[in-house]
Amino acid sequence: MNKYFKILRPGINSTFQDLGRFGLQHLGIVPSGCMDRSSFFIVNKLVGNKVSEGALEFAYQGPLLELVGDSALVAISGKVNFNIIKKNGEIKLGMPYESFVLSNGDKIDILSTINSVYGYFSIFGGFKLEETGGSISTLVRAKIGSNKGDKLKLDEKIFFNQTPQELKIKKIKFEFENNNTIRVMKGLQNDYFSEKSQEDFFSKEYKVTKLSDRMGMRLEGEKLKNIKSKNIKSEGITKGSIQIPGDGQPIILLSDHPTIGGYPKIANVITADYDKLVQKTPGTKLKFKLVDLSVAESAFKDYIKKLNFF
Amino acid sequence: MLKKISNIGDCGITCDFGDDVDKKTNKEVIKLFNFIGDSVKNKKIKGILNYTPSYNKLIINFDLEQVHSREVIEFIKSNDYSKTISSEKSKLVEIPICYDEEFALDIKRLEQKTKLNFDEIVKEHLNTDFFVYMIGFVPGQPFLGDLKENLYHDRLDTPRVKINKGSVGIVEKFCTIYTFESPGGWNIIGKTPLDLFNIKKKEPSHLSPGDSVKFRPVNKKDFLNFKNEQIL
Repeated sequence: MNKYFKILRPGINSTFQDLGRFGLQHLGIVPSGCMDRSSFFIVNKLVGNKVSEGALEFAYQGPLLELVGDSALVAISGKVNFNIIKKNGEIKLGMPYESFVLSNGDKIDILSTINSVYGYFSIFGGFKLEETGGSISTLVRAKIGSNKGDKLKLDEKIFFNQTPQELKIKKIKFEFENNNTIRVMKGLQNDYFSEKSQEDFFSKEYKVTKLSDRMGMRLEGEKLKNIKSKNIKSEGITKGSIQIPGDGQPIILLSDHPTIGGYPKIANVITADYDKLVQKTPGTKLKFKLVDLSVAESAFKDYIKKLNFF
Repeated sequence: MLKKISNIGDCGITCDFGDDVDKKTNKEVIKLFNFIGDSVKNKKIKGILNYTPSYNKLIINFDLEQVHSREVIEFIKSNDYSKTISSEKSKLVEIPICYDEEFALDIKRLEQKTKLNFDEIVKEHLNTDFFVYMIGFVPGQPFLGDLKENLYHDRLDTPRVKINKGSVGIVEKFCTIYTFESPGGWNIIGKTPLDLFNIKKKEPSHLSPGDSVKFRPVNKKDFLNFKNEQIL
């Protein structure tokens, strides 16, 4: 029997993501992959999938989906407000971080993320998704990946692999880190900026603006003065790099970043703080704390240890 | 020569080959790029996620769960890669181009600036043996060089909002081919009907860093009749 979710409302930016597409950046293909790896990891754990299984990522407002076919064990992670609408019309408030069972004709209405940006939806056994270049992640800009390289659209169907024999409900206790301090390491072109600007960057607040998406996050704050050159010879980009274009306002390059770029970089976000960063909504005032490699590496160790504990 | 290795955050390093943007420097970059590629394939080093060459740098990204920056740096320093012969063979690729006035949007400006006429500009472009310095920004977009000095021209003061896929542009000694419709500030002199990027192919990008490129002129009729390889 055909089993799928019908999309009654696609949401703002709903795409399938996994851990990313690697080994192709020299051909201009950015890794992409889930923005918030912790939430992605947890959503798979909740339904008993392997932690790299493709899941549906949504931003701000998620989709409204109707299950057609058998029952399904599903879960949502992130700070998400959602309802389960039973076939008989009964509405139940959904709980993230707790897997639950949907029956034929039930709907799941993902209304919004709360003081955060991204949430994830998974199903036991995984969605039926095609790999390209070793990953199911969707890169909309280049039309690469699942769902013909596009966001979810109205009336589309999303198919999944299997129906669970035994329904194992799982709960995970998880709290977002609330503070707005992001740890960074010095960037390659740190010395392109005046001493005062370097001081400003590592001490003043920078506000997240609305011009933020999977490609990058634009910030607004004390203008950073370039004393060398506003452009550099284009070089490969690493996610989490903080570049400063001619206008002196920082842009943090995120998971769908261009593969090469020619703006000087003042700092790089450490891996352990990336998930926290991407969940910050427009208006949030960030502070950047300078750390060295050994701090970043030990923070990563703690980060992975915490994830593997779930 | 490799001058300096620095960290980029906790999961990347950059190998810096100096400030020159020329074939000699870039060939050194490509040599290390090929060496890392071979080492990944032959499992000589673990945890490498990407290795991205540009004009004068190679950036290497890795999985912190598997490897740390000091091990990657140590690996590069302890191998004399300059003498190894890579299994990666660079290839010579011919790319069709149509210089019809419909596509050569900036030819008038170039004529004024370079004091060459249309035919001379085309001839210079066709005579150039191009080298692929790097690929990127968006999937499959090549950055080629070197044009002769008499064709050098700056970027447009106001970039175009939309440049069609396949458009061929020049700036300074470089030439690029837009593989996706995008904004851009390069001087457009023609258009290729050839799809340079198709994710469904085993080798999604038609060109690789280090390849050689020669343009072949086609008229408007051949341009319109050109058939790209179909992959279902």
